[in-house]
Amino acid sequence: MDAPLIEIKGISYEYEATKALDNISMKVEKGDFLAILGPNGSGKSTLLKIMLGLIKPSKGSIKLFGVDAKNFKHREWIGYVSQKSNSFNAGFPATVEEVVAGGLAKKAGLFRRLPKTVHEDVLEALKAVGMDQLLDRSISELSGGQQQRVFIARALVAKPKMLILDEPTVGIDHQNVQAFYDMLASLNRDKGITMVMVTHDVDTVTDRVSHVACLNQTIHFHGFKEQFQTLSDEERASWYGHSVRKIHHTGGGH
Amino acid sequence: MIDAILTYEFLQNAFGAGLIIGVIAPLLGVFIVVRRLSLIADALSHVTLAGIAGSLYLSQSVAAFATLNPLFLGIAASVGGSVLIERLRTLYKHYEELAIPIILSAGIGFGAIFISLAEGFSNDLFGYLFGSVSAVSREDLLIVGAIALVVLAFIALFFKELFVLSFDDEYAKASGLPAKWIHFMFMIVTALVIAGSMRIVGILLVSSLMTIPVATAMRVSKSFKQTIVLSILFGQASVIAGLVSAFYFDLAPGGTIVVTSILFLLIVLIYKKIAVGMKRGAIA
Repeated sequence: MDAPLIEIKGISYEYEATKALDNISMKVEKGDFLAILGPNGSGKSTLLKIMLGLIKPSKGSIKLFGVDAKNFKHREWIGYVSQKSNSFNAGFPATVEEVVAGGLAKKAGLFRRLPKTVHEDVLEALKAVGMDQLLDRSISELSGGQQQRVFIARALVAKPKMLILDEPTVGIDHQNVQAFYDMLASLNRDKGITMVMVTHDVDTVTDRVSHVACLNQTIHFHGFKEQFQTLSDEERASWYGHSVRKIHHTGGGH
Repeated sequence: MIDAILTYEFLQNAFGAGLIIGVIAPLLGVFIVVRRLSLIADALSHVTLAGIAGSLYLSQSVAAFATLNPLFLGIAASVGGSVLIERLRTLYKHYEELAIPIILSAGIGFGAIFISLAEGFSNDLFGYLFGSVSAVSREDLLIVGAIALVVLAFIALFFKELFVLSFDDEYAKASGLPAKWIHFMFMIVTALVIAGSMRIVGILLVSSLMTIPVATAMRVSKSFKQTIVLSILFGQASVIAGLVSAFYFDLAPGGTIVVTSILFLLIVLIYKKIAVGMKRGAIA
């Protein structure tokens, strides 16, 4: 049996004497689509950053693909999609093709040029997110939803085994959010890409994922989505910190 | 003009150095502008001033400095300044921009002390502040050439990493690129370009040659690579026109180069305004 893609044991993280994460243990298996839910300040993004090796935990251990994270060399196996508003320079003078090709930088290696097939690779990744028609467009001209699809394509272009997404729907209007999650679900289903996603969209996303983890400094629930869906509003509220009601969205499409 | 360049070595030096700087300053400037580091270039140029002024002062009293090209101490100060800026940015994580005024004022402060301690190098100093057509030596040209080789090699070797880092530094770190080291090397290379460019453009105007051609190119380019090519073209045209006019009208080339580059910027801005207006008119 394959090793878990992520295996976290007893992770804690303190920032300026405040405990952001407390004794987290969890596994992400190959093919999982895990949604990490939690209120603001619950440590969701911190947990993702620890998974990515961007910050070191105060305590505990993390293995990626069965290897201690410190010794893990195949970072190109993990695609990362950040919160668009956090890191992207909105006025950057680059085309969609240039941005997506940037996703091949790590895979190509230092001192090496991008592969000769870069154009085909980029086109394939853009097709997977339905954006191949916008190859030559400037990234700054696109809508929030389109930009986020481009960033998914950038994460996909190196053909990762797992995608880690940090609130990828921030800045996307509601109608496009549903279509966006459908696209992620199809990448998980059809291409077998394992997904780990932090999100606030509790009920939109739980229809599409396989697993749910509820985080508020520590893990309050981690299991199949079917188990999560049987939780009462009161049970959810007990860890979320305030009432969480099931909301049924109407409409959708792109 | 061509005859004069072929005849006089000082003109060959000035135009040779100018043409090289016209390429490397806007080339590196593209990354500086998109990474929003334009003010760091200003801070480093003022630190270079301290190094130059220090070298000129020491040349009056210490024999070893009498024959030393002031550019070397300028380069050392600039590189040292870039390292200090990075240290301060780490120290003041939540106020990273504080590093710029601290280093900039330190540069001016030390520069002012050295200038007031020494007397009698006002002509030299004027050349360093605003550039000079006549003061570029063959040694200066060789130093600028060597700096250009370092810059071109750095950009060629790390182009894809620099692009990713410039576009989205969090993504660059998350994808396992050595973002910290590349940024550190970038700062050192920036310091070298600033120190190398100031013989022609002058310390006070060097950052403008790294930013104005880029600002102009960004208004009309459609891709990152096109931005680089157009920035170099605008930079090169500004340097040539600026040097020629400085030679004929006996003006400081830093001034003529920067004013020319601003003229290009104005032309492009007006062109874009007219083009957008015509497009709107056609749609209506």
